[in-house]
Amino acid sequence: MSTTVDTRHPPGVESERHSVKEPEIRHDRQGDMADEQRVEKAMHHFVKNFNTQTASYLDGCLHCGMCADACHYFVRTEDPKYTPIWKIELFKRTYKRQVGPFAFFYRLLGLKRKVTIDQLEEWQHLLYDSCTVCGRCSLVCPMGIDVAGMVSMARHGMFKAGLVPQELHETAKRAAETGSPLGITPEKFEERLEWMADEHEVDIPLNVEQADVLAVMSSIEIQKYPQSMAATAKILNATGESWTFRTDGFEATNFGMLSGNTEWQKDASMKLINTAIKIGAKKLVLPECGHAYMAMRWMGANMYGKPLPFKVQHISEYIADALNEGRIKVKKVDKSVAFHDPCQVSRRGGATKAPRDILKHLGVDFREMKYGGDYNWCCGGGGGVVTIKRADELRYRVFKLKMDQVEETKADELLSSCANCRQSFDDSQQHFNWNYTMGSLMEMVADNLEEDNS
Amino acid sequence: MDLLELARGPVLQAAAYILVGGTIWRIVGILLLKEKPDYSEPRASGGLGAALKVIWTRAFTAEPFKSATLYPKMMAYVMHIGLFATIFLFTPHIVFFEGWTGFDWPGLPNNVIFFIGVATIVSGVALIVRRLTSPVLKLISNFDDYFSWLVTMLPLVTGLLIPVRMGIRYETLLAVHILSVALLLIWLPFGKLGHTFLVFITRGTTGMVFERRGAKT
Repeated sequence: MSTTVDTRHPPGVESERHSVKEPEIRHDRQGDMADEQRVEKAMHHFVKNFNTQTASYLDGCLHCGMCADACHYFVRTEDPKYTPIWKIELFKRTYKRQVGPFAFFYRLLGLKRKVTIDQLEEWQHLLYDSCTVCGRCSLVCPMGIDVAGMVSMARHGMFKAGLVPQELHETAKRAAETGSPLGITPEKFEERLEWMADEHEVDIPLNVEQADVLAVMSSIEIQKYPQSMAATAKILNATGESWTFRTDGFEATNFGMLSGNTEWQKDASMKLINTAIKIGAKKLVLPECGHAYMAMRWMGANMYGKPLPFKVQHISEYIADALNEGRIKVKKVDKSVAFHDPCQVSRRGGATKAPRDILKHLGVDFREMKYGGDYNWCCGGGGGVVTIKRADELRYRVFKLKMDQVEETKADELLSSCANCRQSFDDSQQHFNWNYTMGSLMEMVADNLEEDNS
Repeated sequence: MDLLELARGPVLQAAAYILVGGTIWRIVGILLLKEKPDYSEPRASGGLGAALKVIWTRAFTAEPFKSATLYPKMMAYVMHIGLFATIFLFTPHIVFFEGWTGFDWPGLPNNVIFFIGVATIVSGVALIVRRLTSPVLKLISNFDDYFSWLVTMLPLVTGLLIPVRMGIRYETLLAVHILSVALLLIWLPFGKLGHTFLVFITRGTTGMVFERRGAKT
């Protein structure tokens, strides 16, 4: 597929994150489609999978504007274009014009104008750069409309139309081609596992043929936080369950989902599903990654087309179960801790309780952020936004909300259970020279495991 | 046939048919869309109970959003409660409904209804002022928002004018009131006023999907 990128403002796929200040406006295009065809494809693939729920959402909006007050982009900029429902305006319009129960009248009377390519290009920024699909807006809507879900659907259309921010597209494409968004091959994964096994003196089972638990990682961890692999191994070893990593199915992230390509999303999910089935796993344990949880826990079975023959858990749920059932024990940690909830695991995924259970077992002085948990402010890097360099400036702006929320707790340590949040925190920390370093809840558990579990 | 007879008879009847027909068309149009089964292992029940729960709970604002949405929320409460009271608890209306349905129920004193009617109009004005001045609302509003506001306010205003009279014949004022109601009924299924019934679908389906995940609703 050929790609048209604005050469005056080239994307920064390969460059260092902090080296160049990117211009704010740059519309990216993939493929050689005519403008008309792009518009047609965007709309067709948006409405293709409509059901009662999504149709009622687009029909039911009251234009009350309350979603703006829940969105970090609007709250920090007060720019009305960041109003969540406005981000799907073009698609809402097309729905009413082409699909809705009164589409005929809308067309006949010319009430809804046809969407243009210029508009779609403008909306690329609203659908990708300035939406982390965090779903906070979905909780304020008096009609109960899941705006974030609509943004994901609009992304399906944008992908088919070749209108995805170039860095995100490249990352998703690399994931589809190599199996990892950061290009981590099975050999490299194995190499890094061996390194971590040596460094941390821990047994890391790999490619075991039959095991009860299949553990998977995110490329971000493998590449940037490799100690996560050792921590995972320590915890899983301590439970006494038979488990393994596999080189034929290790990547938990799903950039197909983030970019809006459902085929790639399915491919990534099926790789893990097939591996889990092959080894007879009873459980697939997902790493500290927010969107991986959404992709596999709530969408995996639907990609598979039937119920999965194994359970799917986020590592925090797995650890919480093991602690609650007394299968592992941890030493008390004499620290105050603030916890950042990954949106896709907590607010949208329903696993808000697990990290709190773990923190209780660790005996820390847990400082819940004001409006933490399900109402948490997003780190600003979810939904693929952290990959989009032109969105950096805006991402830093919204991160201020998060900084305030964390600082208010005055906690000693800041933890989360999502490597993507962690990377976004690390980057913002560097940008602001902030004194909080994001840590991993799982790593705290691994570092404080009681040797004797009896 | 004079204006009042026309309004009370064929016009209102036609409006009622359009209301029912349009509503059914819109609901069926949405309900007929293909549904894909959700194969993910549920964390909790996402059945009718989940739908009913969210239909009820989403009427209230969650704590983190309360201060930012206080003004429109309060005005919307006054508007909705006011509309309910003026439509269903005003004795002449109850008599009218009794003629149609055979049922009657106790109403509120006329002067109370008059007061509620005024409060409802005030809330309507407050909401339209917000729509015309808030940068967010100016951006996202369209014809439907303004027209729906107008057709909602007209029956309130024309109804409140009946006792005021201003030298106009009672029958004329009543006819104008009924015609404004007919306009409201005709428009209701087509525009945003459809939230009268759509709210049960949007909140209900959200409840079913997210409660099933054990996620926040």
